Amino acid sequence: MSDDAKTLLEVNGIEVIYNHVILVLKGVSLLVPEGGIVALLGANGAGKTTTLKAVSNLLRAERGEVTKGLIEFRGERVDRMTPSDLVKRGVIQVMEGRHCFGHLTIEENLLTGAYTRSVSRAEIRADLERVYGFFPRLKLRRGSQAGYTSGGEQQMTAIGRALMARPSMILLDEPSMGLAPQIVEEIFEIVKNLNAKEKVSFLLAEQNTMVALRFADFGYILENGRVVMEGTARALSENEDVKEFYLGISTAGRKSFRDSKHYRRRKRWLS
Amino acid sequence: MDFFQQKWMTWILIGILGIGAFAPLYAGDARFPQWLEVVLGGLMSGVLYSLVALGLVLIFKASGVFNFAQGAMVLFAALSLVRLMEFMPLAVALVVTMAIMVAVAWVIERLVLRPLVNQEGIVLFMATLGIAYFLDGLGQTIWGSDIYTLDVGMPKVPKILLENVFEGGILVGMEDVIAAILAATLVGLLALFFQKTSTGRALRAVADDHQAAQSIGIPLNRIWVIVWSVSGLVALVAGIIWGSKLGVQFSLQLVALKALPVVILGGFTSIPGAIVGGLIIGLGEKLSEVYLGPYLGGGIENWFAYVLALVFLLFRPEGLFGERHIDRV
Ligand SMILES: Nc1ncnc2c1ncn2[C@@H]1O[C@H](COP(=O)(O)OP(=O)(O)O)[C@@H](O)[C@H]1O
Ligand SMILES: [Mg+2]
Repeated sequence: MSDDAKTLLEVNGIEVIYNHVILVLKGVSLLVPEGGIVALLGANGAGKTTTLKAVSNLLRAERGEVTKGLIEFRGERVDRMTPSDLVKRGVIQVMEGRHCFGHLTIEENLLTGAYTRSVSRAEIRADLERVYGFFPRLKLRRGSQAGYTSGGEQQMTAIGRALMARPSMILLDEPSMGLAPQIVEEIFEIVKNLNAKEKVSFLLAEQNTMVALRFADFGYILENGRVVMEGTARALSENEDVKEFYLGISTAGRKSFRDSKHYRRRKRWLS
Repeated sequence: MDFFQQKWMTWILIGILGIGAFAPLYAGDARFPQWLEVVLGGLMSGVLYSLVALGLVLIFKASGVFNFAQGAMVLFAALSLVRLMEFMPLAVALVVTMAIMVAVAWVIERLVLRPLVNQEGIVLFMATLGIAYFLDGLGQTIWGSDIYTLDVGMPKVPKILLENVFEGGILVGMEDVIAAILAATLVGLLALFFQKTSTGRALRAVADDHQAAQSIGIPLNRIWVIVWSVSGLVALVAGIIWGSKLGVQFSLQLVALKALPVVILGGFTSIPGAIVGGLIIGLGEKLSEVYLGPYLGGGIENWFAYVLALVFLLFRPEGLFGERHIDRV
């Protein structure tokens, strides 16, 4: 990621409240540059999904609300738009847990992704082939009901479906969840490929820090609704604290209880 | 109750109902023509139940709302048509009525569904109660509350068919035949719409997973307007058929009460279920009235559907075709 790359998405100090009372994000800021893959890391419940949904405006369906801060896409405020408006502007979310349409076939699932576009059938056909080019497996299973396909195939379907909207940015939530390591690898390779060939930028929420940092250029670590650390993927994967607490690698021998307490203290201080 | 959840149980249940329907043939003196008359009559009233149930299922699938106002929509559509026909030719009146039903759908989305989005199902259900009363009131205020005769040119004279096959042939109401063809055509068109068009696909997507549909940019509001409009059109067709049979009057919306046992039987989320359920109930009513009536006393027609629905609620609450969730991950 070069420093002078244009900013695609800017999230500035957002606060999110669920049900009018539950404060979940306490001022999250992040940037996604044009053409970047940015990882949003953190444990279960840290607020990753909430952040992505705040951007894509899917929060309202969960009775969540952005109460403070600012979200801009290509310099335009997007926090009052409908998800549909956002998709038309090129931002689309692939939800955690894939959420394929179980009773539709794989191909029908993909076609629903083109709903917001008013283009010719031929063009949609061509896009379908393009998606099959990235996911040859889906072509083989195009006629199967999505509900009966494997987790990996469903994840591919969900990403392919998003691609059919011709997005410039995909908000990808936990693509590795519940998948075997080599499938995870396959999916991240495709993400990298899409990023390189189709110029799609990614904001990627992951608990699987190891894989995410290998494929991302930049990362943010979220804890309790706050960004506690940020840096290039390289810097993060070499950081001792990240190694210890997120990658499970301890360099200084066995980690002592006191060290971890120290870390927690420092973390609180950081935030 | 796992036994009743099996796929093959669906077919066994249909089989039992089928054998029940044929039973008089084996048991009696094989007065085939009379039996055939009863069966045809039953199927044709069943088609009407199917139509109303179809409206219910469409709305339930796409917006998770049990629409109590379906009957009121049938009445309102029929009333609009019959009164408009006093001022204009049938074709124009039909088009205007359709436009009215679309407008009704739009208003319902704006004033009821949108403000109540994300509320509990029971809240939405109550809201449709309100819609039902509102539509009744509106219909009576604008169109009046008399009994109107609806004549869309359906032949009223019954015909004798298959005279060369059976002695005496069988007596069939041409009105019923045309109604059945009309209903079948509508169902066919709807099936095409759902399977082949991008909007139809989007409707099915919304029915499967609201949030995922939203996440890829399908606007739920527009989908609701479409679904309620389609439901309104289905109500119009049901209203025309029923109205020309019974006259357009308040009791028309009571026939919609029959749609409830139909969807319980067929499953709330299944379009084929609504159709098959309607046929089964129509058929069952007529057959039991004619063949069981002499033993159980008449009037079976009035309670048959509800008893059948009750049995289903006890043993198979998801209905014959109720879609089970595909749980595989
Ligand atoms: N719809 C909701 N209503 C109330 N609280 C919620 C809702 N969704 C998530 N939360 C809470 O917000 C916090 C962050 O959740 P989430 O964004 O899903 O985290 P992550 O994706 O990092 O696992 C959690 O404590 C969770 O319990
Ligand atoms: Mg999450």
